[in-house]
Amino acid sequence: MADPMRVRAQETGGIVDVKVLMKHDMETGQRKDSSGKTIPAHHITTITATCKGKQVFQGEFGPAVSKDPFLNFKFKGGAKGDEVSVTWVDNKNDTRTDKAKVS
Amino acid sequence: MNHKRREALRLTAVIGLMAATGLISQAEAAAWNKAAFEGKTLDEVLKALGGSSADKSGAITINAPDIAENGAVVPVGVTTTMAKTQQIAILVEKNPSALAAQFIMTADTEPFVASRVKMGQTSNVHALVKADGKWFVSTKEVKVTLGGCGG
Repeated sequence: MADPMRVRAQETGGIVDVKVLMKHDMETGQRKDSSGKTIPAHHITTITATCKGKQVFQGEFGPAVSKDPFLNFKFKGGAKGDEVSVTWVDNKNDTRTDKAKVS
Repeated sequence: MNHKRREALRLTAVIGLMAATGLISQAEAAAWNKAAFEGKTLDEVLKALGGSSADKSGAITINAPDIAENGAVVPVGVTTTMAKTQQIAILVEKNPSALAAQFIMTADTEPFVASRVKMGQTSNVHALVKADGKWFVSTKEVKVTLGGCGG
């Protein structure tokens, strides 16, 4: 499995604010290495987040998202103590899932 | 069994298995909108996302710096007051591929998203928002002093 991501979920007034810091090179496929060869594209393609078994967020990243992607989203219906699970899949079919409890 | 049928069956089995184990939702199994991420202009991306035209809207706010010190990491946030927001897409007009990221809201998702994108040069950042079946757009110019594509 790839490197862990940091997930923080905080609930205020019924809205859960989720911040995720993923670890990923996010190679665009445009850069060349020192010998002039193009470094192939390697980036996260899809992200999904669920809480209590329900999907609360879905995203698609292109290669233009910065290295070590940061993502912030919010959803209703989560309470303190609930677990939020975030999963990403990249274009080489590598994947990573991390969870955090809503505080 | 001929090769094509075998391949089709294998693929269905793999995707079915992935969906069944919850690794990817059924809807996602087909996803990562390749056509949208290959779009070079706002119109191409919009078409690939299923829209035909987007009305300018003042109800969309783009949170991004006027001047980005580092084009490799430009924070961009989009929020909207529109009801029934279904989708938000962030585009960097002058990037090799205009669409940086797109997000799909469920009924419980707040119409807000923030991330960081690479910008190759000073460019317009467009936020496309789909609300209640219609597409809207808002634009903000972000100046970049140091380009973010490693070149």
